[in-house]
Amino acid sequence: MENARKSICFNLNGRQVSADIGVHQNLVEVLQEDFGLFGARESCGQGLCGCCTVLVDGLAVSGCLYLAAFADGAEVVTVEHIASGGALAPEQEAFIECGAFQCGYCTPGFILMTRQLLDATPDPTDDDIRHYLSGNLCRCAAYPEIIEAVKLAAAKRRGSKPARRR
Amino acid sequence: MAAAMSTGGMSQIGRSVPRVEGRAKVTGTAEYIHNMRVPGMLHAKIFRSAMPHGRIRFIDTSQAAAMPGVYAVYTGEDICSVIPNPYYGPAFHDQPILALGKVRYAGEPVAAVLAVDPHTAETAAQAIVAEYEEMAAVYDEVEAMTSAAIVHDALKPAGTFADFKHLIGRTETNVALDFHLRHGDTGKAFAEADHVFEHIFRTQQTMHTPFEPMVAIAEAGAGQATIHTSTQSPSFVRFELARLLGWPENSVRVRTAYLGGGFGAKVYVKVEALALALALLAGRPVRLALTMEEQFLTITKHASTFRIKSAVTGDGKITARECEVWWNGGAYADIGPRVTQKSGFTAAGPYDIENVSIDSYALYTNRPPAGALRGFGIPQLVWAYESHTDIIARELGLDPIEFRKINILRNGRTQAVGTVVEDAGFEACLDAVRASLGWDQPFERGGGRVRRGHGVAVGFKALIAPTTSVAIVNVNADGSCIVHCSTVDMGQGSDTAMAQIAGEVLGLDTEAVRVIHPDTDVTPYDMSTLGSRSTFHMGHAVRLAAQDARDKLDALAEELGLPGGSNLPVPELFVKKFGMQAGNIIGTASYIPSYAPPNPETGQSPNATPNWMVGATGAEVEVDTETGHVRILRLVNVCDVGRPINPAIVATQISGAAVMQLGFTMTEDMVLRNGQLTNGSLADYKIPGFFDIPQTMENQTVEAEQRNGPFGAKGVGESGTFAVSPAVANAIEDAVGIRITEMPITPEAVYRALREAAGEPLEED
Repeated sequence: MENARKSICFNLNGRQVSADIGVHQNLVEVLQEDFGLFGARESCGQGLCGCCTVLVDGLAVSGCLYLAAFADGAEVVTVEHIASGGALAPEQEAFIECGAFQCGYCTPGFILMTRQLLDATPDPTDDDIRHYLSGNLCRCAAYPEIIEAVKLAAAKRRGSKPARRR
Repeated sequence: MAAAMSTGGMSQIGRSVPRVEGRAKVTGTAEYIHNMRVPGMLHAKIFRSAMPHGRIRFIDTSQAAAMPGVYAVYTGEDICSVIPNPYYGPAFHDQPILALGKVRYAGEPVAAVLAVDPHTAETAAQAIVAEYEEMAAVYDEVEAMTSAAIVHDALKPAGTFADFKHLIGRTETNVALDFHLRHGDTGKAFAEADHVFEHIFRTQQTMHTPFEPMVAIAEAGAGQATIHTSTQSPSFVRFELARLLGWPENSVRVRTAYLGGGFGAKVYVKVEALALALALLAGRPVRLALTMEEQFLTITKHASTFRIKSAVTGDGKITARECEVWWNGGAYADIGPRVTQKSGFTAAGPYDIENVSIDSYALYTNRPPAGALRGFGIPQLVWAYESHTDIIARELGLDPIEFRKINILRNGRTQAVGTVVEDAGFEACLDAVRASLGWDQPFERGGGRVRRGHGVAVGFKALIAPTTSVAIVNVNADGSCIVHCSTVDMGQGSDTAMAQIAGEVLGLDTEAVRVIHPDTDVTPYDMSTLGSRSTFHMGHAVRLAAQDARDKLDALAEELGLPGGSNLPVPELFVKKFGMQAGNIIGTASYIPSYAPPNPETGQSPNATPNWMVGATGAEVEVDTETGHVRILRLVNVCDVGRPINPAIVATQISGAAVMQLGFTMTEDMVLRNGQLTNGSLADYKIPGFFDIPQTMENQTVEAEQRNGPFGAKGVGESGTFAVSPAVANAIEDAVGIRITEMPITPEAVYRALREAAGEPLEED
């Protein structure tokens, strides 16, 4: 099984890259082992906790279940890319200001999902937030603070035109 | 202070400084050991026992060893060639690095594969075959008291604890430790009582599920070893590995980084001894990273059974309480015996009861081992004593809060352990919950199918004593400051709190202080990051070390002939002394609070703890009488944390602890069938998500000061867990008149109880 290999080319955080991967490898493993990106991380290994969230062609996927081979030709964005030129994205600022994490292990996944939520729903209600983020788990249980952070991020995005959009 | 530093005299204490590592965490760049790779390292995978209790007949590793990409496969016998006596543990030296002779639980490590990548190692591990001679097994803590199935042939307490010496060599028993407390004369009080109440409560086995699963990388060679590990206990890991190897402590280096959660799962030795032994055997660096499922097979929270009996006068004064607690420690003691004793002595609750007897037993069973989990046994005890207390109030027709207030421990009174209570806001927390809930206002109880109720509970914990913390505060020549301490930041915000404390003493902004992460080569001893002890113990050590640095700066100013009260900036002080930007001022301190060990027969101690941590919870619930579903409408958590160092982080800690305990209360349950774990995954073991948190949560601290604490503070990591479970059960009884005595409170449990109360019980499945 480990012998089957494949070459893939994809856009990673704005740059064209290529990798020689095992066909069994998931996207998180390739991001970590081939590109030194650790913001997406495997925790439950079953696509249930959201710690491994990565954007592929603009859509959030569970990187621990997403075979790296499928990223061939795709555009992949990780949490490391969303701060631009040293300035944090509004979602990142909001998570810090609201204290919306403790250990921080699940935080990149929450931040990427928050961006996707706010792209679709710029002014979400508490219920919108709960529903949209229910696929992400936080064992430190910073859920109330996360709801506040999402609302603050929404306000920051509305207030800072032009909004940072993909 | 002669030398001026950069802050404008603003106090750092009581400031809600954002976490110092916030930027690293939101950009995905924070350092975790999980991220680490070492050149030339091999990946380890564990082959685990499928047998709950049995003698090993043979282990066949030949097929696995022959696979391409496999470097080696090792068993317990191989471990003995590098570590001749490979038994470890903080309280008992009972746990082999890999099973030797027999296995004691399904999931126990039996062999390990080293391979070029984790997938190859895993595939090879699946090709290992072992056969066992099955032995009778015991899973229940009460049955373990009298079972013919004996988990360990003889008890092997570690020499480090003098009070365990009497246990050495005991055979034919599953009781790892029996703790007894006698206070007053319970026999007489029960004989004279107006009312006697007796109940039994149970809690289930659960797991911490830290999201960064346990991981260690070991490098060894030439009499030196380095272990990079996601541990809460770097100093203990070094101590224990050096002991196993027979090496001096300075030959073993243990370092860590941010932890992706700990909650007690990562205290003491977990994966480190195996990683190190494998590295020694292979002569190559070894990375051992567990999966989420494997964590369930490594360490858990004790299941427990608690029989509690109270004598009460006609006007509601509790005159005696008798407590028997059985702790299900699983196959290896880990820190269970300390839970049994250190938490055991609070089993009668935060009440002023003249006559108390407590018998608390640590039991071996054939389950995955149990150790410390956020509260160290306290939530199990509070579940029982606060459910029991509530039942008594209702049966006596007394308001549950009033009944508690009649009996609550007040400062200046003696707790059952024999120690006078000081700076403990039991009543204040209860009053704050009462006010927040609007307890005395009319309460909408619902009608028809959905009924509403409210309930309260209050719990407490004695800070574990006596333990030591050491800190170094290093002032650089440019005036910036580094704190060296072995407290591990696993999300509780200790880096920020320690920076605030050092900054406060040195007159620096918190943001100008850097706290470096534990590395036993450069950070001094700390007992461990556990039991809400760091703010108190390490807080004192950092405060004193910073004071020492400050005194040395003052002495330097004096040596340089500066007038007292001179405002010369620190960098200029260094230049004046060394002729350039050079040198350091090093402040050091260690802290250990005073302590008196308990009397071995009566458990009495005049000084059992430096402080008491208090948590009270109020819950409003809605019960669907047709489905048994319980919705938590409102959860009010109030803690006495002394004076908070960082109020925002404190509030998050209280909230997070309460939600975690809510998971243990409502859904989380490790289900074993014939000793096999059936639900070791987040798919089947339900931790709280967005839809499980209460509609409204309020988290508060009471106005308080812990006078012997650093800047009036005490710990907070666990207090939010204490009272959640019984507050919910009490609210359920208030809503629908049924009493749940066993956690978790599943819809099925509630529905069964409703049907039973209606005289139409459901059949057992």
